[in-house]
Amino acid sequence: MISFPTQVDRKKRFHQAIAFWIARIISYSILLILFFILFFILKRGIGVINWEFLTAMPSDGMTKGGILPAIVGTLYLVLMSMVIAFPVGVLSGIYVNEYAKEGAIKQFVKMMTNNLAGVPSIVFGLFGMALFVNRLGFGASILAGSLTLALLALPLIIRTTEESLKAVDDTFRHASYALGAGKLRTIRKVVLPIAFPNIITGLILGIGRVSGETAPILFTVAAYFLPKLPHSVFDQAMALPYHLYVISTSGTNIQASRPIAYGTAVILILIVLGMNLLANFVRSHYSRKVKMK
Amino acid sequence: MRTKIETNNVHLHYGDFHALKGINMQIPERTVTALIGPSGCGKSSYLRLFNRMNDLIDGVRIDGKILIDNTDIYAIPQSEVDRLRRKVGMVFQKPNPFPKTIFENVAYGLRVNGLKDKKLIEGQVEKALRQAALWEEVKDKLKKSAFELSGGQQQRLCIARAMAIEPSILLMDEPASALDPISTGKIEELIYELKSNFTIIIVTHNMQQASRVSDYTGFFLLGELIEFDETKKIFRNPEKQQTENYITGRFG
Ligand SMILES: Nc1ncnc2c1ncn2[C@@H]1O[C@H](COP(=O)(O)OP(=O)(O)OP(=O)(O)O)[C@@H](O)[C@H]1O
Ligand SMILES: [Mg+2]
Repeated sequence: MISFPTQVDRKKRFHQAIAFWIARIISYSILLILFFILFFILKRGIGVINWEFLTAMPSDGMTKGGILPAIVGTLYLVLMSMVIAFPVGVLSGIYVNEYAKEGAIKQFVKMMTNNLAGVPSIVFGLFGMALFVNRLGFGASILAGSLTLALLALPLIIRTTEESLKAVDDTFRHASYALGAGKLRTIRKVVLPIAFPNIITGLILGIGRVSGETAPILFTVAAYFLPKLPHSVFDQAMALPYHLYVISTSGTNIQASRPIAYGTAVILILIVLGMNLLANFVRSHYSRKVKMK
Repeated sequence: MRTKIETNNVHLHYGDFHALKGINMQIPERTVTALIGPSGCGKSSYLRLFNRMNDLIDGVRIDGKILIDNTDIYAIPQSEVDRLRRKVGMVFQKPNPFPKTIFENVAYGLRVNGLKDKKLIEGQVEKALRQAALWEEVKDKLKKSAFELSGGQQQRLCIARAMAIEPSILLMDEPASALDPISTGKIEELIYELKSNFTIIIVTHNMQQASRVSDYTGFFLLGELIEFDETKKIFRNPEKQQTENYITGRFG
């Protein structure tokens, strides 16, 4: 029998311990920073939040009153952009992963999707303005803004869908084909239910991204101040991130608007958090339903 | 006995690789045929011909004739392939139930093939589970996830799933290789009973299993069918030296 030198073991264990501690410290400090940001914003913003803040129009040059139109505008934009981007993104993901033949075209489509994900959001804003606002004549409107935001979220949703479908083991597909099921049926009844909880993640990420973006809505929908709520998709709307930007940089009295700015930030964070929780709930509900255990 | 399956001079290529080299075989109806041979000799490739599962692999080329009930199954239109697969059921090496309930696993094939009547589906599911000798173990938990079953039970569930749509041929690719001796025994008993209704082809690495369950045995080596005959003959006095070497464990 050979005897291995015990030093090696000790050294290996020592290295592992160090690596482990470094990783631990890094992840804890990131958490710490995150909590600090949240705490900082909450501390300054929570004071102004009350029923009136949520349900009233801004007043006195946006130094007083509430932020109702911005909340409503953001909800409209998030919902509508997701209603557009989710089905289109999921269908494209299905096409790329399940139908497109391996080869140059598929590679190209995948590369373009990845590139699109890396395009700065202000570029989407410009594009949205050129296409939806001017060319298609929607004007600065919820429709134009939602379409622009949908474009922004699309690559994310396509990619998550692709990855989720790729993660579905082929043995399930084969079992379905072997029972005489066609491709479409196999995708609908076997593959998609398994992949769905993960696809929802794409939706979560999409919502997170869309609700916080300022640049894409800047030229396509966002209004500096509107005294009334939007009535149709062709109306302009206020939105939380833009409102925040406006009252922190170009309001009538920036100092006086400060508390409202922090309050707005808190609401924005709460909305994103709330949407994430909802999507998480849907996700776990579905994974229980497909009996993955 | 009527010939159920017949292959004439069948060649299969994966790209440049010549995986099956001129296979001729005639399989009588309502019998069990075992395919044996060392790993990589082409047993699974051969089995997958009969329900055209090889079609799913890129770069496959198939030459020769494969007849089921005297129909060339590679001459039928693409739209008929689903119908062929309804007639030729398959059980895979690794149990692969769907992440659905036990009931829905068995009902899936019925629904896929257009059955809607709830009573009819329930009856058919129970019948298949009984045939697969699983009914007593699962009748109280049909709504539970199939993943809560043991590996052996999962494999019997997959057999039930395949049988529910009443195919006339059952292909089994090492159906017991992931199972303990007791589950294996149950599946062997099952195969023996199913023989009266189905034509069964089973791939196995287990010589005892082949001799216990099958009527005919085909021995493959490097993509060629070395010998095909009644199981008794193959195991008592094979024609070819290579066959004898393999079944007596001298190589492979
Ligand atoms: N999808 C594929 N692409 C390329 N070559 C393949 C493919 N499937 C199988 N082969 C090759 O074809 C030959 C036969 O494979 P096959 O799976 O039919 O063997 P087998 O007899 O079933 O082996 P085992 O007993 O290990 O399951 C092997 O050499 C294998 O490498
Ligand atoms: Mg095999």
